[in-house]
Amino acid sequence: MNAVTTGIAQRIGGWFSKPSETVVAAEQAALRSDRFRLEREADWKRLDAILKRMEAGRTRGLSDEDLLALPALYRTAASSLSIARETSLDAALVSYLEALTQRAWFLVYGPRASLWSWFRGFLGGGWSASVRGLGIDLLIALALMVAGTVVGWLLVASNPEWYYSLVPGGFADERVPGASKEVLRGTLFGNQDQDGMSVFAASLFSNNAQVSILCFALGFAFGLPTMLLLIHNTALLGAMLWLYHGQGLLLDFVGWLSIHGTTELFAILLAGAAGIHVGRSMAFPGNLPVMDAAAAAGRRAAQVMTGVVLMLVIAALLEGFARQLVDSTPSRLIVGTFMLVMWTGYFFAFRRGVR
Amino acid sequence: MALALKIPFRRRGEARTGPIRADGDKRRRMVVSPEGVPIPFMLASRGSRAAALFLDLLMIFGAIIGSTLILAWIADGIGFDFDKEDGPAGRAMQALLIVWVVAMFLFRNAWFLFFELGPRGATPGKRICGIRVAARARGENGGRLTTEAVIARNLVRDIELFMPLIFFISASVEGGDTEMAGWAGLGWFLIFALFPFFNRDRLRCGDMIAGTWVVEAPKTKLETALSVGEAARGRSQATGAQYKFSDADLAIYGEYELQVLERVLRENRADGMRDVTEAICRKIGWSAGAGDERAFLEAYYAQLRARLETGMRFGKRKADKHSGGA
Repeated sequence: MNAVTTGIAQRIGGWFSKPSETVVAAEQAALRSDRFRLEREADWKRLDAILKRMEAGRTRGLSDEDLLALPALYRTAASSLSIARETSLDAALVSYLEALTQRAWFLVYGPRASLWSWFRGFLGGGWSASVRGLGIDLLIALALMVAGTVVGWLLVASNPEWYYSLVPGGFADERVPGASKEVLRGTLFGNQDQDGMSVFAASLFSNNAQVSILCFALGFAFGLPTMLLLIHNTALLGAMLWLYHGQGLLLDFVGWLSIHGTTELFAILLAGAAGIHVGRSMAFPGNLPVMDAAAAAGRRAAQVMTGVVLMLVIAALLEGFARQLVDSTPSRLIVGTFMLVMWTGYFFAFRRGVR
Repeated sequence: MALALKIPFRRRGEARTGPIRADGDKRRRMVVSPEGVPIPFMLASRGSRAAALFLDLLMIFGAIIGSTLILAWIADGIGFDFDKEDGPAGRAMQALLIVWVVAMFLFRNAWFLFFELGPRGATPGKRICGIRVAARARGENGGRLTTEAVIARNLVRDIELFMPLIFFISASVEGGDTEMAGWAGLGWFLIFALFPFFNRDRLRCGDMIAGTWVVEAPKTKLETALSVGEAARGRSQATGAQYKFSDADLAIYGEYELQVLERVLRENRADGMRDVTEAICRKIGWSAGAGDERAFLEAYYAQLRARLETGMRFGKRKADKHSGGA
């Protein structure tokens, strides 16, 4: 066999003046595996060129022919790879084909389409589906929030000193136990001509979004820190409720809060539920391996979290503008209730067969 | 260097084929594509991931400083007017302030997200370090990197990275115990920074929750075929000599040695080729000449490969010089 191949090599050896670099015709190669390589190299090079353009983000510049050819070229490369592994000992060729197939795979099976089309699918059913997918974790988070509020109220009711440890210094200002009714009423109404509302809204959003991201991310530790965070934050709410209740302003306070609070608390509820969802799926993975269960829950929760950030934008706008502009309790309650009904309807009544 | 080149000729461990790297096998993961072709993924080294992160943070920091300076420059043009809230200048200032707050939020949260969703699956820092994000896969199901996965892995980054900083800053602003906060923050940071050392696939928490991992980005260049040149046909251009090896001459080496030879030829270093030539000549009982090593090695490479590939087609493979077979 050896004599035959060297014989061929000798016979055609004189045809070339320069080794490689120049294009070598397939039938002139001595080794069968080189013939295989030279015959298909043009296809690989074409795929390579297409990939290079796509990786540089210039998909638009590609011709329709090239785009249509991509999946076929990808499969060609993949099958070339399996053939090369069985027939060729050219390590450079095999590793090139491995890399080429991998690159094509990343693009053919990459993040689906554009960010924009993902976003459309997200609003048109993906978001609400993943919120519903949280299932029982929503109820757990809700129960924790209610419990937190009740605990906050009870603690402060039994001993007002608790108020100072529950409510951080920045919040409290004039809203402390023993404040007069007028002072408290002043914090709720008559802020229409307050300046810098838009800046206020933007920084509120930034702050709240960061807190809710934290709420979700802490789910990693089996959800326990998430639960603590939920309880702690709602205990603050309970304490404030108690404070205003003491001066007979409970309904006014609820109105003041509800205008953005229904959206914001809902968002925090979702973020907490998402964190608990991840934590619970790691603690009780069911039939899946822990890692797979965590990954599945994590992806669903991430979709919910994107929605949470959106909700917080809306909440901040409501808080920065609507709360100052709408200055009577009934109309505030109407806006708040409307938002609540809208969100609930969107998440639980809006079902479309996405995914 | 000459020593390093000779070492591969010694047998190390059990028979192995495929490209050989010192820690390559530990980082290599075979994933079967949906078409049923196993594709190797090389996990990124922890060092390159740390370097990528550092570069990204540097760039984010630069972007924050840059955008702040630009906004400050614009504000200066308007003429710092914090007092007159109602005038057009005051409103413009407010708008600028909002832009700034939103920009800071985006730099912190969207930088990684935006770049990792692109076709390269890598932030600028990762690109420089030659790594990228991919969907984690075990064995059969090579998954698709989804948008949700990228979002999830980057949301968790927030607690891994920025949490301890905030912890520390808030403690010092509110006049708390900065030393305690510093230690707590350090401990927190270490837990997450060391996380990739305690699992097989070098996942950080975000990777775990999102179902992703970080791999080396595939290299792109196709090397020229070594076995189609003239020297590969046995005739040296420099001396005109014909190199033809008998079956017995070729039978002593296997696939592993062939690949080492290929690497030596591609590196094309005179001393390396001389050493290998001498080793081969010693083994097959030729007297080693000097000055025509490359042609000799190319001829030996082509003929050895022809022999081994013929064996392959008949189902007889010879992994290295110690194994029997073809």
